[in-house]
Amino acid sequence: MECVLGVVGRDFAVVAADTSAVQSILVHKSDEDKVMVLDSHKLMGASGEPGDRVQFTEYIQKNLHLYQFRNNIPLSTAATANFTRGELATALRKNPYSVNILLAGYDADVGASLYYIDYIATFHKIEKGAFGYGAYFCLSLMDKLYRPDMSVEEAVDLVDKCIKEIRLRLVVAPQKFIIKIVDKDGAREYARRAYTDSPSEAATVTA
Amino acid sequence: MSIFEYNGSAVVAMVGKNCFAIACDRRLGVQLQTVATDFRRVFKVHDKLYIGLSGLATDAQTLYQKVVFRHKLYQLREERDMKPQTFASLVSTLLYEKRFGPYFCQPVIAGLGDDDEPFICTTDCLGAKELAKDFVVSGTASESLYGACESMYKPNMEPEELFETISQALQASVDRDCLSGWGGYVLVVTPTEVRERVIKGRMD
Repeated sequence: MECVLGVVGRDFAVVAADTSAVQSILVHKSDEDKVMVLDSHKLMGASGEPGDRVQFTEYIQKNLHLYQFRNNIPLSTAATANFTRGELATALRKNPYSVNILLAGYDADVGASLYYIDYIATFHKIEKGAFGYGAYFCLSLMDKLYRPDMSVEEAVDLVDKCIKEIRLRLVVAPQKFIIKIVDKDGAREYARRAYTDSPSEAATVTA
Repeated sequence: MSIFEYNGSAVVAMVGKNCFAIACDRRLGVQLQTVATDFRRVFKVHDKLYIGLSGLATDAQTLYQKVVFRHKLYQLREERDMKPQTFASLVSTLLYEKRFGPYFCQPVIAGLGDDDEPFICTTDCLGAKELAKDFVVSGTASESLYGACESMYKPNMEPEELFETISQALQASVDRDCLSGWGGYVLVVTPTEVRERVIKGRMD
């Protein structure tokens, strides 16, 4: 029931994910950070098999750092996304990773971008996207409410509406979410959305 | 659901008078869910050679990267572009190398060969080439495409008429297929120019 969603606005991108770590009927923890900060200006929201998720995102992060140490410049978002896709594609027919990825980044020359990379290494640059059961509720909301060049407040408001919908309509819905943002000032945590008492309240309260 | 129907796709190529047209739909889906409506399936190899890849999107992207890599090596060694017939054989070989663990895509190859003679062909996922003089189709909408192309096609069409014909055939076919659609990319290639147009149809 993991959900990851992302949206590109005017010179920034937002990635949100739920923070539950669940195994069968047990919730191991409810503050698991699934949006990894790859480097100063990149975010990778990942969902899927827990071991694969952590291993693969750390692998990408460390390779990114290695590139930067070797070459003294950071890798661009597009190159990072293509590298990630390449790793997933190479592993696909040997030892596949079950991880779905939304990679967001900011480059000075290109602006903000968001890439959809699913677990079988399908690669596409998108403006808005979501993974998981939550996607069934979020994607149509985004189609209706998304506009290009939204401000941060508008984008986070859209994400909040998606979170509200997930809480309300998904059975065994994750309640707590983390929202991270990446813009010219870097990649950082923007907000957390915490637990609410009842589904009807979930329809009105998000903080 | 078959692995070929996982993402949904429709690709068609047609031969005209000293020109060819190649078109694809724009939907990227994950089974019933639509992920994107601006996904490209037709790629340029060189100015007079295009390849359209239907089937599983990840394999289409991987195969495209491999094919471009091989073509660039060829260009470095031979100092010229590959002929479409040669390229078709290259694609066929690349696919057959994976005979017992194939790439799940069906390429459509279209190009202008010697003397700008149009050439089209398609292969199945294992590399079995199918040459044609008129049109080739592939993807989830292929059966509809066969019917639409057969009825609308005429030999020796000029580029503008060819564009109309291939667009109408594509639109009619994807409208009957839930897994493909959301518009189309249509490229008409003549010896002197390439015109790419994005067509809008039923956006569902």
